Amino acid sequence: MRQKTRPMPSEPEQAAGNGVLDRRLFLTGGAAAAIGSAVLPDHARAAEALPVEPWMKTPGSPFAPYGQPSKYAGKVGRIFASAPGTTGTGASRTPHHLLDGMMTPNGLHFERHHSGIPDINPETHRLLIHGLVKRPLTFTLDALMRYPMESRIAFIECAGNSALLYQKEPAQLGVQPIHGLLSCAEWTGVRLATLLDDAGVDPRAQWILAEGADASGMSRSVPLAKAMGDAMVAIYQNGEPVRPSNGYPMRLLLPGYEGNANVKWLRRIKLTEAPTMTKDETSKYTMLQNDGKALQFCFAQEAKSVITRPSPGLTMAAPGLYEITGLAWSGYGKIAKVEVSADGGASWALAALQEPVLPMAVTRFRSPWRWDGGPATLLSRATDETGYVQPSRSRLIADRGARAAYHFNGIASWGVAQGGEVRHVYA
Amino acid sequence: MSTRNALLAACSVLVVAHSAALAESPNLGKAASPEEVASWDISIGPDGAGLPPGSGTPQQGEQVYLAKCLACHGEKGAGKPNDQLVGGQGSLGPGQTAVKTVGSYWPYATTLFDYVRRAMPLNESKSLGDDEVYAVVAYILQLNGVIAENDTIDAQTLPKVRMPNRDGFVRFSRGK
Repeated sequence: MRQKTRPMPSEPEQAAGNGVLDRRLFLTGGAAAAIGSAVLPDHARAAEALPVEPWMKTPGSPFAPYGQPSKYAGKVGRIFASAPGTTGTGASRTPHHLLDGMMTPNGLHFERHHSGIPDINPETHRLLIHGLVKRPLTFTLDALMRYPMESRIAFIECAGNSALLYQKEPAQLGVQPIHGLLSCAEWTGVRLATLLDDAGVDPRAQWILAEGADASGMSRSVPLAKAMGDAMVAIYQNGEPVRPSNGYPMRLLLPGYEGNANVKWLRRIKLTEAPTMTKDETSKYTMLQNDGKALQFCFAQEAKSVITRPSPGLTMAAPGLYEITGLAWSGYGKIAKVEVSADGGASWALAALQEPVLPMAVTRFRSPWRWDGGPATLLSRATDETGYVQPSRSRLIADRGARAAYHFNGIASWGVAQGGEVRHVYA
Repeated sequence: MSTRNALLAACSVLVVAHSAALAESPNLGKAASPEEVASWDISIGPDGAGLPPGSGTPQQGEQVYLAKCLACHGEKGAGKPNDQLVGGQGSLGPGQTAVKTVGSYWPYATTLFDYVRRAMPLNESKSLGDDEVYAVVAYILQLNGVIAENDTIDAQTLPKVRMPNRDGFVRFSRGK
């Protein structure tokens, strides 16, 4: 049976087994003490002067209308795969192992397209609101630009993110291919409720159908309560017009809901009495359980976390002080706490949550860790403000079965081997 | 205070609360006529409302399938390189490898019409006429044993088709 009591910390700073240190360590400046005498800075002095590089002596590049990353940061990119016979139908994934903070740059936001990225002329694009309304209306982009706007920071996560963890054996991949269908941005736009009020909602309406202008006409049914709540027609993404890959000129933002329901290239909202039962809410995005019945309309993404560093592909060079960092999020509200373990879940320590901690946004967590050079199994466990605790992988699969295909939110684990190689493991 | 006045007072409280939550609208939507809406209103619910005139049979559908669908969905809907459309019935039970197809998994036949008309064939969506869509829907349903070879699919018959997994879905609720 697994030991339930926390091992006695060998030093005051140790908060959990195998070197997880107190989350306040970096804040209180105790890092040097925690490193102790085992790892001393290298005091050997170099004989040569620091180089005066060419860029210190000549003027740099001219201005550019739209800035690009450093050529040396070229590895920070999305990876993607398309369905057979297509070039733009599939998904691209965010390189979280190479990013920090909470915001995903627009060029790195994950994508899921069902028929490529449409090249939409904003002059001719229309948003149609019709069905069970008093006045069917169309809106141009120019019209919406005159509406009162609001901004909110929200994650979008594909329901299929982390689905590889339903597999029996741990896929030998890293954060990006396994957990990269998650991104977080500041979205600015018009409350959908304002536009629905303009059209006049018929009391019989209980659902909306949201439809995209792409060639697949991607469409999903959403409860009217969500549409009249925090739903937004987003026009800006991180301050600039929404990227074509994320729905230019406008997309539906349903904070906390599975990515697929956040319809991009939004062209039509139809108010209905009942769900339309589209292809993507019946044959896809439904979770087949052990008993053969499938769960339908699983909208909100459950509380979840993942360690982004250390992670596979980022080999640890030498024993010493490291930061375990990652992202936590919940479609049901704010993250209340994140715990970190370096001994496969035998003991846990609270991680520091970086402000701001916002509902339906990712929260960055950090935990100091002294790696002794030996084997370690790194886990993180999120709890949201409703009290829901991210379950273990085995608990999730016991409850739901391994055929659910979507909404995997169990605890993920990275194994650190002697020598510093990091691999995907099941704890 | 009369009942009527009490009601009015309650209404004005509601109005105040509502406008506090929502910014005032500049009302810049343009009225949309039924003629304008018609070309975009392509979604078909399970009751079949909105299905267009026209019809098709499995035999007619086979011709459409061979010309437009075979390359991606294989012979007789067997799948590869893209989704399998036929077979898998009885594979959803405990412990089995689920084979999700139109016949084994899709709860409503109307979804098939809606999806094919809006999104298929992938490289030229919205190119099939309504008769062609009815026909290819009939063919796929017949391959799955859901309708007979001599059945005709149209706006009246399609919503009445009962899919094998019609009762296979449960509405999600958190904590269940």
